[in-house]
Amino acid sequence: MTIGLLLDFFLVILALAAGWWTIGAKDSFGAAVAFVAYGLVLALIWVRIAAPDVALTEAAIGSGLTGGMLIAASTRLESARQATRAGSVTRRLAIALSALVAAAPALAVLGLPDPPPSLATAAMAALPSTGLGNPVTGVLLAYRAVDTLLEKVVLILALLGTWSLAPDRLWGGLPGRKERRNAASPLTLLGQVLPPIGIVIGLHILWVGADEPGGAFQGGTILAAMGMLAVMAGLVDVPATSRRWLRLLVVAGPGLFLIVGLAGFVIAGGFLAYPAGFAKPLILVVEVVLTLSVAAILLLLLAGPPEREPPR
Amino acid sequence: MNAEVLFGLAGAVLAGLGLYGLVADPAPLRKLLAFNLLGGGVFLVFGVVARRGAAAGLGGDPVPQALVITGLVVAFAATALAVALLRLLFERTGQTLLDSAAPERTSPDQADE
Repeated sequence: MTIGLLLDFFLVILALAAGWWTIGAKDSFGAAVAFVAYGLVLALIWVRIAAPDVALTEAAIGSGLTGGMLIAASTRLESARQATRAGSVTRRLAIALSALVAAAPALAVLGLPDPPPSLATAAMAALPSTGLGNPVTGVLLAYRAVDTLLEKVVLILALLGTWSLAPDRLWGGLPGRKERRNAASPLTLLGQVLPPIGIVIGLHILWVGADEPGGAFQGGTILAAMGMLAVMAGLVDVPATSRRWLRLLVVAGPGLFLIVGLAGFVIAGGFLAYPAGFAKPLILVVEVVLTLSVAAILLLLLAGPPEREPPR
Repeated sequence: MNAEVLFGLAGAVLAGLGLYGLVADPAPLRKLLAFNLLGGGVFLVFGVVARRGAAAGLGGDPVPQALVITGLVVAFAATALAVALLRLLFERTGQTLLDSAAPERTSPDQADE
């Protein structure tokens, strides 16, 4: 057994333990913390199976944003009446069902076809025409750009859904409570020191995404996290959701993407097709605006529905 | 056993674990955590498929990898909306149980009758 396989075994045991703890923890807070650990172990596993782009996304979204959001929710819902545990018959049935369902992918994994089907050769062959060096970015923004466009639409729909949970009088108001600024708090120091560094890192990850692991979504997530840090420290407040510039920022990325996609009909002969020689600059412009939109949408999703009256 | 089979089986077990939590845990926040756990397992199985498709100098097939990235983002959007709904439910009713008419139960096994 090689050292690499030993490490893989160790990672799998960690992932299973963190998953077990997520399901079995007594309180929701413990479960949410275990989930963050689970996401980080998964990110390491993604590195081990040669998918650094997915690893970055898993660490940023799966572990960071989702985990942080669920930890916040678990503390906020702490006083809720505890649900009674499911009865033993329900649990036994659930175990049987889960074992049955888990057996299906397990059998599929053991019986995967050999030689494995792969689009890697085709993806690499067409990559020079996009001017990109990272094939995953190529898939996301050229070959399967329609998936990425629709994914952004899903984000906007989730934001609209979240906003619409506010009562009518708060529509367009400010999300969340205003955090009190406390100069002596370490959070204030972090909120002042980290964002300049984080913004540079976020933009770097966006920029290198064309050729190296990274991209618009991972960069935007880091920008959103920096904004959230400043909001939590009380240094800035989330803008009112009625602000026109904010709403424009939310739709700018997907809107520009859609315009470029429609223009493809005229200048390149198809939806989301790029004209030869202009693919790279077009993709970069779309990615920059997408990053800003993603950062704004994620920050607003984390902030939740409006809870304070809109400014007059 | 090689690394791909190991990770693939781990993904299957994690998906099963997540499904168990989703079905058996009555607390909606725990269901949400379990749902994300399930998703992580399914994505991992897909990641193994991508890894096996390594060719043309790449460590894995970039197409499934890109699909997993999109999947992670959509799962986050769904979770964010679910958390917002859950908070609203808590503010309106002071509880987060989905079964609003459920009386306080004393013994866990009574839930089955």
